[in-house]
Amino acid sequence: MSMHTVHTTEIEEQIPGTYIFDGEAAMKGYALNKMCYSFNNAENRAEFLKDEDAYCRKYGLTDEQRKAICERNVLAMIHAGGCIYYLAKFAGIFGLNVQDVGAQQRGITVDAFKKLIKSQGE
Amino acid sequence: MARIVGGLTTSHIPAIGNAVPREKELAHDPYWEEFFAAYPPAREWLDRVKPDVAILFYNDHGLNFFLNSMPTFAIGAAPEYRNADEGWGIPTVPPFKGDPKLSWHIINSVARENFDLTTCQEMLVDHGFSVPMQLFWPNHSYGNVRTIPVEINTVQHPLPSPARCFALGQAIGRAIESYPENVKVVVLGTGGLSHQLDGERAGFINKKFDLLCMDKIVNEPEVLTRYSIHDLVRDAGAQGAEFILWLAMRGVLSHKVRKIHSSYHVAISNTATGLLVLENAA
Ligand SMILES: [Fe+2]
Repeated sequence: MSMHTVHTTEIEEQIPGTYIFDGEAAMKGYALNKMCYSFNNAENRAEFLKDEDAYCRKYGLTDEQRKAICERNVLAMIHAGGCIYYLAKFAGIFGLNVQDVGAQQRGITVDAFKKLIKSQGE
Repeated sequence: MARIVGGLTTSHIPAIGNAVPREKELAHDPYWEEFFAAYPPAREWLDRVKPDVAILFYNDHGLNFFLNSMPTFAIGAAPEYRNADEGWGIPTVPPFKGDPKLSWHIINSVARENFDLTTCQEMLVDHGFSVPMQLFWPNHSYGNVRTIPVEINTVQHPLPSPARCFALGQAIGRAIESYPENVKVVVLGTGGLSHQLDGERAGFINKKFDLLCMDKIVNEPEVLTRYSIHDLVRDAGAQGAEFILWLAMRGVLSHKVRKIHSSYHVAISNTATGLLVLENAA
């Protein structure tokens, strides 16, 4: 067998609407994800709500990340290197669950999103 | 000698963490009825086999581990594991007992088979661990079972391949079988089935693929180990790759198993739920 058959990541086809959180994304999103990871702690959540700007500065968010957080735009956060597991903790601050977050990314209502989920079981 | 009595699989969706304390009142709730109805046969089986130890393959979702240091395979070696605030408000549960002696036996045994695990003397366990424990030992009745968390990275790619996770399970199975103490061990694979939380494809579920996985994992798990992570992401969704945790569980069991119970339901939250009870061949 040839030595050159192992580079699978380069030849894997893109999966539409799907973002692989790999090393590149993890480096790009480090500050944003680190901030969201801090939201495991209730005091940090309160500190963020008290002064969002200061909190984002403390974690050194990039302009792109800051804008995505400011706009509560999950897809933009993902494009800025966000990982959904950490972003979910950010969404949780506003009482949003994974269905709210899913609907936002699909650009549909939460009701329509719930119907979509259910329809796939039929 | 230690004996592996069988394996269980279950989804570990956070929403279940909120519902589980209200299981009785939700028994006739149209949303939860079918989901909770699947669990009593699994609990009855546990009552019958009475395991002393539960080994859980699960993934941390950003409670204990962050990207600053992200192990691929981590194992708990602590006398106790605590649950903690994950940020979005599921109630925390009482601590879980550990079995550090068996943990170190596994760590030492699998190292001889070239599995070098990250060892954790402190480890917070998140919903990936606590939800299955609550489902199988309701009302926090897990006080009599010692636990060992085996955490597999599903957060940051590259994730370990299905074949590698299955092989890790096999090595852990051999480790348990060489443990001289008289303990009965049950092994849990948690997470899945198909779901995707991020991207424009969020909400993706693939019933056909899930049912194939639930079928093949019983008697032909090798078929599933031929999938790549990319295959799993494509066919089961970005977070459906958690199926590697089920394969690790299956690796621990004997080649032949008996299916005691199974259930599949679409969906709780964004996730197709799957439950399996597999008894090891004697
Ligand atoms: Fe999960």
